[in-house]
Amino acid sequence: MADPMRIRAQASGDKATIRVLMSHEMESGLRKDGSGNTIPAWYIQEVTASHNGKQVFSAEWGPAVSKNPFLQFVLKGAKAGDKISVSWKDNKGETRTDEATVS
Amino acid sequence: MHHLKYTLATAACLLSIQPALAQKTASEGIDEYRAMLADGNPSELFEAKGEDLWKKKRGPKSASLEKCDLGKGPGIVKGVFVELPRYFADTNRVQDLESRLLTCMDSLQGLDVAEIAKTPFNKGEQNNVTALATWIAAESKGMRFNLPYSHAKEKEFYEVGKRLFFQRSGPHDFSCSSCHGEEGKRIRLQDLPILTKNPGDGVGFAAWPAYRVSNGQMWSMQQRLNDCYRQQRFPYVLFGSDVTIALSTYLGVNAKGAVSVAPAIKR
Repeated sequence: MADPMRIRAQASGDKATIRVLMSHEMESGLRKDGSGNTIPAWYIQEVTASHNGKQVFSAEWGPAVSKNPFLQFVLKGAKAGDKISVSWKDNKGETRTDEATVS
Repeated sequence: MHHLKYTLATAACLLSIQPALAQKTASEGIDEYRAMLADGNPSELFEAKGEDLWKKKRGPKSASLEKCDLGKGPGIVKGVFVELPRYFADTNRVQDLESRLLTCMDSLQGLDVAEIAKTPFNKGEQNNVTALATWIAAESKGMRFNLPYSHAKEKEFYEVGKRLFFQRSGPHDFSCSSCHGEEGKRIRLQDLPILTKNPGDGVGFAAWPAYRVSNGQMWSMQQRLNDCYRQQRFPYVLFGSDVTIALSTYLGVNAKGAVSVAPAIKR
C-alpha cells in the first residue's frame, strides 16, 4: 500500500491554506534503469480534495510532476475543525486517501 | 544630432538595467528557491516512515527499536542526534547514528546488518536506515551540536578525522579541505561551508540528513561523506566504516554550538 500523505490545513480569516505532500515515485516512463531497460511509467493521474465531504478541488496530473509532489491551494469558507480529505489515483489504479482537520 | 540621440538612448537603457543588476546575487536567488522548497520538504514523508519503523516489530526476533540506546539511554531519541558520533561502552567503538542503528538492528531485531551495510544506498533495507536516521535527526531539530569529546577514543577519532580531512590523495590529488577549507568556495552554484570550524547554524554537518530535490532522494550523513569521496575519485568507503565515523567526529566536534536544521532540503 502507498505511504500516507502529509496534509496541513491552516485557517486564517475566511480562508484556509491546504498543503499536501504526497509520497509517490512519479516515474515518467522515459527513464532507463542500470541495464538499459525502460522503467515503466507510474504516476498520479487524478487528485481530488473535499471539504466536509463536498468535493472542492480536482486536478488531472501527468508524468511531468515531480517525485513526492507538493500541492498547495487556498480554500474559501473553511474554518477550524472542518475536515479536509485528499485522494489520488495513479495510472496503475492504486489510490490513497488521507484526511486532516483544519486548525 | 544622431550621436546625441544614441547617447540618450544608451543612458536610458543603463538606467533601466542598473536596478536589475543590483537586485540579487546568484546565491541569494538560490537561497530564495530553497526557502520556497522548504515549505513542502518531502523529508517529512521519510520522518513519518522512520517513526513507524522505530516502533514496528521487525526481524527474526520480532522486536521494535524502542529499547535502542543511542547515547542517552535505551529508548531516548530526543537530543541524541546533536551528540553523535560518540563512544559506546557496549560495542567499545565510537559510532555515528547510522552505525549505531545497525548495532540495534542486530542486537534487538536480529537483522543481518553485514548484509545491510553492503546494500547500496537508496536500495532495500538501506532506505529504512536512512528513514530512521531522518526521524531521529528531526527529533533534535533546533538543538545545538554538543558532541561529548571526552573519552580517549573520541579524541583519537577526532585526530584521525582531522588527518583524513587534510589528506590529499587520489587521481585529482584532492582532500576534503580542497573544497571545505577556505572561504568563498563553491561547486557550480552551491556555496561550500568551511568545515575546519563551526560553519554556522544549519550548515554543513548540521544540515544532514537532507532531501535532494534534483534526484528525489533522502541522503544520510553516511551517503553525503561517501559521495564526497566519490567526487574526489577515492575508492568506495564502506558503510559505517571507521573512516566515515572519524570524519563525522571531526566535523561534529567542529560544529559545536551550531543549530541543527536536519532534515534539511537541498537543491
